[in-house]
Amino acid sequence: MLTLKFNHAAKRRLAGKQTTAIIGVVASGNLEVLLERLLPGANCEIEIATPVTGYDATWKAVIDEFVERFSPGGLRISINDGGARPDTVFLRLMQGCALMENV
Amino acid sequence: MENAAIYARAGWFQATARQRVAGLLDPNSFTEFLGPSERIQSPHLHLFDLPSAFDDGVVIGRGKLDGNDVLVAAQEGQFMGGTFAEVSGAKIVGLVRAARDHKELPQTVLLLLDSGGVRLQEANAGELVVAELMRAIVQARSAGVAVIALVGGKAGAFGGAGLTAATCSRIAVSEQGRIAVSGPEVIETNKGVEEFDSKNKALVWSTDGGKNRRLIGGADAFAEDSMEGFRAAAISLFAKVPAFNLKTMQAEQERLAARQKKFGACDDAVSMWRVLGIKDPEAIRDMDGWDFAALASSIKEANHDAR
Repeated sequence: MLTLKFNHAAKRRLAGKQTTAIIGVVASGNLEVLLERLLPGANCEIEIATPVTGYDATWKAVIDEFVERFSPGGLRISINDGGARPDTVFLRLMQGCALMENV
Repeated sequence: MENAAIYARAGWFQATARQRVAGLLDPNSFTEFLGPSERIQSPHLHLFDLPSAFDDGVVIGRGKLDGNDVLVAAQEGQFMGGTFAEVSGAKIVGLVRAARDHKELPQTVLLLLDSGGVRLQEANAGELVVAELMRAIVQARSAGVAVIALVGGKAGAFGGAGLTAATCSRIAVSEQGRIAVSGPEVIETNKGVEEFDSKNKALVWSTDGGKNRRLIGGADAFAEDSMEGFRAAAISLFAKVPAFNLKTMQAEQERLAARQKKFGACDDAVSMWRVLGIKDPEAIRDMDGWDFAALASSIKEANHDAR
């Protein structure tokens, strides 16, 4: 298993009141994303566990784009990957943020 | 409200365990035990270089169904085939034992089975946990707890999940829900293609599928493949849970012996349906849910007080 960790300073804290949310399933071509509102300020930590190696640069590009566009400040995001494509990863991250933004 | 109505008709077969729990129970009534944030996950999968799930593929908790307090366990069929393993199994066993031991907890347990059986990477722990679960269900039923199995997921209820279903007070199944112990490929591998042709999907689904199970008394309610379908089926079974005692056990033994005698010479599901006295057994496969449910309610073998 490969573990990737990213630390970002987002532009702002993510809105909403939800303290935790989970979306997706660990299945072939899919992934689960657990979001927890645990961090101070606009910090964001993302940790990925994946059985697929060799795509570190792709993960970094997806995460950079996600943080830039959705500004998930205050979240610790944990991912169990089942070999999802980058578009699926991005979709799940967006869905997770939408759940956390619920009041 | 419009969204709620659309969601109620959403399919059960394709849904995740979490979507099923949300769609089955009364809105916002669910409280999860050992949720994903607690990261109670498999200690074994990483040894095989396989990804874990934060809930090990089982969602447990309590909620309300039509105002009634219930405990719920839902297997995630998409994760490792919904398999019974050390952690995923212990969560279900713990839930059933809690109902058995604590009268202040809801005395109805809904098991949303979606499993191919034991997780091979944790096979010894998985086999043990299936045995523990069957024992826990029997003990809970003896203590007055109703345990209701709902089967309609992609993985069906095979192996340990098939055994588990058979120990429950009542079973609801959809057309897509399959219930058996040995899967079609296993039977073909061990006994040959003459015994069971696993590539003949019409044969497999008519044998293991929900319609056959319902007609021959292997399930007590037929659910439409939707959230509201399983909701209605589960609610309908609340009032039909048999007492768990010697009389019920003897009735069950007699029922199964009579079934074996009646269908022993049949070589496929259609011939069993003919023996049941159904006029046009070939038409069963294409019959829609409401017509089928009504037909099943009129078949003597499908409706009994045993189990």
